[in-house]
Amino acid sequence: MSTAAYPSAQLMLEPAANGSEGQLLEVSMGPQHPSTHGVFRMNVALDGERVVKLKPVFGYLHRNHEKIAESETYLGSMPYTDRLDYMCSITNNWGYALAVEKLAGIVVPERAEYLRIITGELTRLQNHACLIGFLMQDMGASGTPLMYAFRERESILDLFESLTGARMMCNYMRFGGCRADMPAGWLEQAQKVVAAFPRFLDEYEQLLTGNEILMERTQGVGVLSARLAVSAGISGPMARASGVNYDIRKVDKYGIYERFAFRVPLGEHGDVYDRYMIRLLEMRESVKILEQAMRTIPAGPIVDPKLRIRGFRPKAGEAYGRIESPKGELGFYLISDGSPNPYRYRVRPPSLINLTVLEDLCLGHNVADIVVILGSVDIVLGEVDR
Amino acid sequence: MNLETIKSELEAGVPGCQLEIVANASPSGQHSLLIDAEHAVAVAGFLRDVIDLRLDYCSNVTGIDWPPKELSEKVKVKKIVDGVEREAEEIHKTQFAGHLEVVYHLFSVEKRHGPITLRMRTRDREAGVHLPSLTPIWRSAEFQEREIFDLFGVIFDGHPDLRRLLMWDEFEDHPMRRDYVDPDDFEYEPTAHDEVLRRAKQHLSEMGGQ
Repeated sequence: MSTAAYPSAQLMLEPAANGSEGQLLEVSMGPQHPSTHGVFRMNVALDGERVVKLKPVFGYLHRNHEKIAESETYLGSMPYTDRLDYMCSITNNWGYALAVEKLAGIVVPERAEYLRIITGELTRLQNHACLIGFLMQDMGASGTPLMYAFRERESILDLFESLTGARMMCNYMRFGGCRADMPAGWLEQAQKVVAAFPRFLDEYEQLLTGNEILMERTQGVGVLSARLAVSAGISGPMARASGVNYDIRKVDKYGIYERFAFRVPLGEHGDVYDRYMIRLLEMRESVKILEQAMRTIPAGPIVDPKLRIRGFRPKAGEAYGRIESPKGELGFYLISDGSPNPYRYRVRPPSLINLTVLEDLCLGHNVADIVVILGSVDIVLGEVDR
Repeated sequence: MNLETIKSELEAGVPGCQLEIVANASPSGQHSLLIDAEHAVAVAGFLRDVIDLRLDYCSNVTGIDWPPKELSEKVKVKKIVDGVEREAEEIHKTQFAGHLEVVYHLFSVEKRHGPITLRMRTRDREAGVHLPSLTPIWRSAEFQEREIFDLFGVIFDGHPDLRRLLMWDEFEDHPMRRDYVDPDDFEYEPTAHDEVLRRAKQHLSEMGGQ
């Protein structure tokens, strides 16, 4: 079937009929631009400095992850999920493992649930810290905030390395548990990192939160209403910054999240400043979860020894499993036809769907604000384009 | 949140809609509701706006390709062999014409329930690939329906901006279909190993060359 009737390469601007050209300017931001956080392009129509139209262009990192996963066994795509949102490989593993566990009805041992929560929340800490660093970098605060965040991320990645063998592509979860138990001394080390984290947050906040330039650049910029956020499927910190009280850790109570006391911070204005603030507050809540989980982690197996996950064939059927990843709702939809490969494997990428409202957020703002708004959405192109 | 009650509520609320519950044998127990294309927008609007459902959050939209295949079914028939009636097994073969399917996973932010799974099916995989777009109901379907259009080739009528999302504009085929064949791009291969040479030779002979 030809798709020629649906052209993508359309003109952003109609040629002016009366010859008064030069009123509007079309600019292609990206794909090779540091503020796009990867290879991502926005076609922008400008009236002076003001944005009148913005169309995101995707696909520069497209490798058809879903098709590859359909020609692979269930376990075979586990390492590949690391590459979706490469900042948060562990939560990607978790989302996929959760969907397969729903599909096949696998139960996870208690200790593995604790390990999942500890590694998952550590992932959230380093993702949010770095996101704020990148956001500041986009605003022109070159170096310092980002390097502070990277200093903290370094200690968390060291923990990941000694636990999983890899710093970024962790490949840590398995269906029905985790791949490796904590090495000796890991828990003490992790407790030390988590105990030191609030000090870093205080330092970060002292540096940034009351900063006049930051407030000037972010308050009232890129305002997203709660109503549009729900309709457009916006999830994660971005929705909560608009006041949408929806955290899948609380709603679905997946894993053992209901055992831990933590609160869901909500924003009021839905602007970039709120999205910045929500991430800081979420990190403080994550620290609370981590402290509780590391205090109460029980002994036991990390995976049911009788479970055979190599070449396993779930019964025919389908399942949709989702988790609260640092970016938002990460979902996996699987259809099994009883063979060792999934018949259909779908990733619901929070980064892509959070970009649905990018144009709405940018309209009427200056070009320089596009960079800040995009930075506050928190995208990773490995997940957007898949 | 029983699918049966939703079905009967829908039948009362949207007159004339054709609904069918598609059972799911997996332990997840996520059964789905098959809706007809003609009433899809009305059904979706009803699900979003009716007070006790409030499915205001459409999380995931995706496509599935079901290519044509031969279904065989064992049927017991009574036959008269040598004047004696006997029971025999016969294999009945039917042709399944194939279709594309679009799945919507709905949740409610307000009521905190879900997922409710909606399915829509196209008439076939060739000319009848039109389905109504649900983007006017849930804005989150905008990019996801574009992706399904791109990768599966479902045409969503009423979509505000139906273009390819991930593949480039000049691309012709739909890569997520099960019968998709990789394009013959031997000349872009960086190393001319055996497989590439074989494809190049085949390509040239098909072109009527040497």
